[in-house]
Amino acid sequence: MKTMNITLVGVGGQGTLLTSDILAKTAALAGLDVKKSEIHGMAQRGGSVISQVRFGDEVHSPIIHEGASDLLVSFERMEALRWRHLLAPTGQCLINDIDLIPITVSSGQQPAVTDLQERLEAEFPDAVFLDAISIAIEVGNQRCMNMVIAGAISNLTPFSAELWQDTMKNRIPAKLLDLNLEAFSRGRAVTAPAVV
Amino acid sequence: MSNEMFLSANEAVAYASYKAGCKVASAYPGTPSTEIFETLARFSDTINCEWAVNEKVAMEVAIGGSMAGARSLCAMKHVGLNVALDPLMTYTFVGALGGLVIVIADDPGIHSSQNEQDSRVLARFARVPLFEPSNSQEAFDMMLEAYELSERFQVPCMVRLTTRTSHTSTKVDVGADFGPGHAAPKPYIKDVARNVAAPMFARMMRVKVRQRTEELRTYSASETTVNRIEEGDRSLGIITASIAYEYVKDVFGEFSILKLGMSNPFPAELVRRFAAGVERVLVVEELDPVMEEQVRAMGIEVVEHKTELDMMELNPGRLLTLRAEILGDVEIPVVHRADVGLPSRPPVLCSGCSHRGLFYVLSKLKATVAGDIGCYTLGAFAPLSAIDSVICMGASIGNAFGMEKAGHKNRLCAVIGDSTFFHSGYTGIQNVLYNGGSVTTIVLDNRITGMTGHQVNPGSGETLSGAVAPITDIGAVARAMGYQRVETVDAFDIERMEEVLKAELDADQPSVVIIKGPCRISAGLMQAGTFAVDATKCKACGACFKLGCPAIVRGETTAVGKRFQATIDPVQCSGCGFCVQVCRFDAISRIR
Repeated sequence: MKTMNITLVGVGGQGTLLTSDILAKTAALAGLDVKKSEIHGMAQRGGSVISQVRFGDEVHSPIIHEGASDLLVSFERMEALRWRHLLAPTGQCLINDIDLIPITVSSGQQPAVTDLQERLEAEFPDAVFLDAISIAIEVGNQRCMNMVIAGAISNLTPFSAELWQDTMKNRIPAKLLDLNLEAFSRGRAVTAPAVV
Repeated sequence: MSNEMFLSANEAVAYASYKAGCKVASAYPGTPSTEIFETLARFSDTINCEWAVNEKVAMEVAIGGSMAGARSLCAMKHVGLNVALDPLMTYTFVGALGGLVIVIADDPGIHSSQNEQDSRVLARFARVPLFEPSNSQEAFDMMLEAYELSERFQVPCMVRLTTRTSHTSTKVDVGADFGPGHAAPKPYIKDVARNVAAPMFARMMRVKVRQRTEELRTYSASETTVNRIEEGDRSLGIITASIAYEYVKDVFGEFSILKLGMSNPFPAELVRRFAAGVERVLVVEELDPVMEEQVRAMGIEVVEHKTELDMMELNPGRLLTLRAEILGDVEIPVVHRADVGLPSRPPVLCSGCSHRGLFYVLSKLKATVAGDIGCYTLGAFAPLSAIDSVICMGASIGNAFGMEKAGHKNRLCAVIGDSTFFHSGYTGIQNVLYNGGSVTTIVLDNRITGMTGHQVNPGSGETLSGAVAPITDIGAVARAMGYQRVETVDAFDIERMEEVLKAELDADQPSVVIIKGPCRISAGLMQAGTFAVDATKCKACGACFKLGCPAIVRGETTAVGKRFQATIDPVQCSGCGFCVQVCRFDAISRIR
């Protein structure tokens, strides 16, 4: 298959790393070549974070060219704009409908963005918006928000739900597994009609 | 039969060490190298693995293991090698007995470091073989080769990763025979001429090192399979290594490539043969032009270009720019940006971080603060703006003392975390005391190495392999040195902290102040409570904003004049209560 490029962005602490790990391991389980690249460290402390997953017959660079992401998954609304330049002209965008106010705004050093929704709609006319945090709270724990998002991603990748669930079973501690599987299913169900 | 796993290069290094029969392993955590030893700890049934107190000690422990005949490993980030270079520079003279592999993780692009360095320069400096894996499979295979090579040529070997290889996961075949290795330990022999680097012996070792280097050059040019020519269009021949190879495959994939997995000693004969078979030679490497200078020194012409590749992290886009310049057969795609006017999102101390109160107080006291390496470096940024300088591990104390000697009159102090203090703070405070300084050294003591992901240290009471360990009392250490003024303060008591720091910063004697409070994440306190602002009481004075807490945000519609009332984001609040202490209008209270 042609290499598929997926970029996941968000804010440190939101669980982007677990999501990209499960995505990449699902691709590996499907028998594809896959590379997953992420930046840890200082960025974890509430900074802007990015991880990149590429899978296909043969993958070399772990970094995705600018303008070449087939799917941009943003765990936070403003971050989608920040990383817009990574998205391919034909790429799709999945946006988690949550705002995390950066310290630069809450402390008054930089102005807030007042027209965020308009800008998002202009930049991503076909974006799928997902209120993952509300679904996660309904499921029972806001921290499984990332698996709600994984469920939504699953609709946009060529892997079966069963394959995703197999990866999750291997990756997530047993006592948290049912909660996360439920979060995944809900995220998958709520975004299913949005795609072909 | 294959045995496929999905591993980062860091994990692959650990898996390979297990399979190679490594017995002694010592490291100090540092991004991007940390996961090597976090993974290695899973194999503590056969490997004695530990967090050393610093990289120099880690190197010395691994050298000891090698001297006793066991396969040994140490790992560190690039700046760690600066600290550990001293023992390496002499053990390279002595030469390894048990295989010694040193894994260095460089950080091109400065993702999480204080500088950018190319450790390949130090591999040449130390005259050690250098392996440069491009992906996790290569990291695994090259580690196995490095252990073998180390024993065969009696030389410490270096394996260099970068942030991108360390933190990229790829498929790795660890072999159907994967399991604990049983490399036979080399018998230890007392041999003064071999192991004592005194001048009369070191001079003999020096000659041996030259011979060994030439033998290794032959190995790298004609024996190892990690240096290989990939035939392609010969109008251009590209010499490359490490992660740059993967970008070359994407951007220049149709041309002939000389892929150097072992780039030191430089395989001159192989390079000459490759260059003779292609029309033009291009060198693509990340950071310093280490290979390019060696190719040029051999009298081989190299393609000149204006595209700068000699600093910061490479990526496919930079190589595309290079290709557009030298071949002119590609278009640089126009990239559509949408980030104009977006507020930046720098990293920030977590909500509930025990360091926040100290920086609030130091900012209020207008102290001059020499900072150090850790999460608390973030205390330099607005609105806390408390830290004046950061250089390297442990530097805060010497830096503050030097400023005092220079006549800097303001309230002076050093701020250092517990793990950084254990790493290289002892000598600093001893120097202040011995040489008559009055610096106040403030130790942020949260009993964990926070920034690198919560590794245990001599203050934690536990080792990497989970064994119980004695807890070092920093105050007792300072008193034993001769410090008369040693105070311990609760990190969450702002009033008392201000009182103590005022007294110590103004005192003529040196002091050590220990600020005790747990790391909110490692103590599992991120959801310990939630506070809220009563809008009828909030006077929009802005005091709580000065804490720089990510949970305290501006009220959107309640502007009073040009000021803003505060609100607290219940999702982010972790219930530390610093904001309650700084609010003069009792507007903040616990709701959960």
